[in-house]
Amino acid sequence: MKRIGVFICHCGINIAGTVDVKRVAEALKDYPGVVLATDYMYMCSDPGQSLIRQSIKEQNLEGVVVAACSPAMHEVTFRKASAQAGLNPYQTEIANIREQVSWVHQDDKEAATRKAIEHIKTIVEKVKYNESLIPLSLSLVKKALVIGGGIAGLQAAIDIATAGYPVVLVERSDRLGGHVGQLSGVYVNFNAARDLLQSKLQAVQANPRIQVFLETEVEELGGYVGNFTAKLKHRGSDGSEPTFSEHTFGAVIVATGHSLRPLSKFGEYGGGRYPDIIDALTFERMLAPDGPTGGEIRRPSDGQVPRQVVFVQCAGSRDPEHHMPYCSKICCMYTAKQAALYRQRVPDGQAYVFYIDIRSQGRDYEEFVQSAMTQHDVLYVRGKVARLYEEDGKVIAWGADTLTGKPVEVQADLAVLATAVMPAEGAVELAQKLRIATDEHGFFSEAHPKLRPVESLTAGIFLAGTAQAPKDIPETVAQASAAAAKVLSLFSQRELVAEPTIAYVDEELCSGCGLCIPACPYQARTMHPWKHKAIVNEALCQGCGACVVACPNKACKLRNLTPSHVLAMMDAYLAEV
Amino acid sequence: MRIQLSATKVHNDFIRKVEDMSGQDLLKCYQCGECSAGCPAAFAMDILPNQVIRLLQLGEHEAVLKSKTIWLCAACQQCYTRCPKGVDLSRIMEAVRDLLMLEHGDRIVIEKLPAETLAEFPQQAFISGFRKYTA
Ligand SMILES: Cc1cc2nc3c(=O)[nH]c(=O)nc-3n(C[C@H](O)[C@H](O)[C@H](O)COP(=O)(O)OP(=O)(O)OC[C@H]3O[C@@H](n4cnc5c(N)ncnc54)[C@H](O)[C@@H]3O)c2cc1C
Ligand code: SF4
Ligand code: SF4
Ligand code: SF4
Ligand code: SF4
Ligand code: SF4
Repeated sequence: MKRIGVFICHCGINIAGTVDVKRVAEALKDYPGVVLATDYMYMCSDPGQSLIRQSIKEQNLEGVVVAACSPAMHEVTFRKASAQAGLNPYQTEIANIREQVSWVHQDDKEAATRKAIEHIKTIVEKVKYNESLIPLSLSLVKKALVIGGGIAGLQAAIDIATAGYPVVLVERSDRLGGHVGQLSGVYVNFNAARDLLQSKLQAVQANPRIQVFLETEVEELGGYVGNFTAKLKHRGSDGSEPTFSEHTFGAVIVATGHSLRPLSKFGEYGGGRYPDIIDALTFERMLAPDGPTGGEIRRPSDGQVPRQVVFVQCAGSRDPEHHMPYCSKICCMYTAKQAALYRQRVPDGQAYVFYIDIRSQGRDYEEFVQSAMTQHDVLYVRGKVARLYEEDGKVIAWGADTLTGKPVEVQADLAVLATAVMPAEGAVELAQKLRIATDEHGFFSEAHPKLRPVESLTAGIFLAGTAQAPKDIPETVAQASAAAAKVLSLFSQRELVAEPTIAYVDEELCSGCGLCIPACPYQARTMHPWKHKAIVNEALCQGCGACVVACPNKACKLRNLTPSHVLAMMDAYLAEV
Repeated sequence: MRIQLSATKVHNDFIRKVEDMSGQDLLKCYQCGECSAGCPAAFAMDILPNQVIRLLQLGEHEAVLKSKTIWLCAACQQCYTRCPKGVDLSRIMEAVRDLLMLEHGDRIVIEKLPAETLAEFPQQAFISGFRKYTA
């Protein structure tokens, strides 16, 4: 029988506070196959890992069970430790007695301890049947797809191409640049947005490794990290039929940016009926030298220069009842910029900013907002505007100054709404095509909010810019460079290794019925053309097990989770403790 | 005057009763002031609707009980309609009024009121009238 070692982790008091680890070790000591059962304060620590390594060597262990936290945390750690001691890593398994036992049974220590014992015995049975496996090696296409040609997509494409790899940059509209191309000056120095963008556009044009497709979208994405296949849809000119092209890529960066909550959603502010109640992007165009007014501030209704302008912050943000619950992050800053620019262009004009809180986190940001108040004489009023309407050519704003405790009214000539930042149109549909996740609002979800902020949960697909969450230009550019760095570290490998714990077909049992083929969510199964037996594409298979359930002949199996494994595990689980 | 804050004060019984009776979580209010900005009666109030909630959050219900605002509130629910956080301020005003009247003897015996007082008294009757609808 296989010689198995069981290592029980206290996880400080996380496990040991609820599970009686000493009793667990005692209970497993004499279990068939177990030659060593021991506990330790932190198994994942250096001394914990060396305890495992030493025991493998001293006791000639052929299998290891680490009873600890979720395999999502440390399976890799412990398998690596086993490999260092000469044991095939697939002979090491985790029994999760933290998330599945101690954390959920804190009020019943006796039951938790019994459950931990059952759990570990089950995994011991699994290890008895485990085969030694070798990771798969897959080929790697060193070419990247960048979706979205805003500042995020441009930066990512430049970084990857500069490192020597080809990039395809796909932009839906007829020009590169995204929102930055529509801005006037940017905070905190009022530099022209057009100059910032121009430097990036030139870098893209100058680099022969970057191929740009305008008026193009991703129609389909198949494959897997290192070997994605993409079908691109190119809009036909003047209403002619679209054309398609196919490409292969090793990695994808999603940089589709954002949109703004439309004025029609703001019943309280006129719902878009009034010409002189506009959103901040329209005002930004008014300020831009290449905009419709050539940089002059003229209100839409009659072309007059507005003498009093009301800026409404948090329009549609931080409002879980009617709009979006989150803070859009950039609008406090750009409102200060817009109000200051207005005051520069209309020196005798008065600007009011209605705000709830001012969020100015960044180098020189707080100073910038202060300068809007002091140098540029913008009057900040602390209270959210409840109502905007037009009367006799004026925009009437109803607010409150919560600092004095008085209701206030302004008869303005123009109102500018800092409308909520939302995901780009079609983001959710794109996420479905790419098989990546979005949050409840449609922003693409990162793999881990702290430690993997530029990766999606799908290997090989990375996120950059406002497609992931609201952010300003410096943060967008930083995230884009980070995503590019992830792609480059992928491309720096000679080949890809993948987990071997995937499906295989027992050809003697397979009747060629084909039931497993549509059951596979990853298109990993096909029928052998003349053997009439199912085959598995090892690169596509994710080991999900859907085919195993579909197969009426028990011909589909998962490596190291065969029916023999599962039945032995069930027997152990159902036995009395 | 400096308000003395303490754990017992900010969690006092009166506050808890207001929350129970109104069914509102006072701490949901983040003091944006949108209720006050839209309130049709705010011009006549001594403290603004958002300040009523703020004082209650601080455990300063005495100041609220003394204010005219709770009696001027017309229960029109404009504030609730606008509130980004879904706080039904008109119910909070109602709860404060109810608690005040429970404490001081709610019943007004109309016949016992002097005629000249009665002549000046539509407000209370008015308030009593809509209490039926909101409470
Ligand atoms: C009014 C306003 C003022 C601002 N002022 C400032 C400022 O002063 N300073 C500052 O730092 N930041 C400012 N910002 C923020 C700045 O605009 C953003 O940080 C920046 O635009 C984010 O870049 P991005 O590439 O992530 O997204 P975007 O600029 O939105 O670009 C995304 C691109 O992707 C394309 N796209 C979308 N979907 C698809 C698809 N399915 N397929 C292909 N292509 C697609 C879009 O057409 C677009 O070209 C401001 C924003 C606004 C709204
Ligand atoms: S950044 Fe400022 S204006 Fe924008 S939602 Fe957040 S707090 Fe409101
Ligand atoms: S295990 Fe899942 S991914 Fe693999 S072949 Fe079966 S159904 Fe497809
Ligand atoms: S379902 Fe089973 S028997 Fe049918 S083709 Fe697939 S592997 Fe073969
Ligand atoms: S319910 Fe009362 S506080 Fe609210 S808006 Fe109406 S009058 Fe003002
Ligand atoms: S509108 Fe709502 S959140 Fe804002 S101050 Fe009034 S009650 Fe509080």
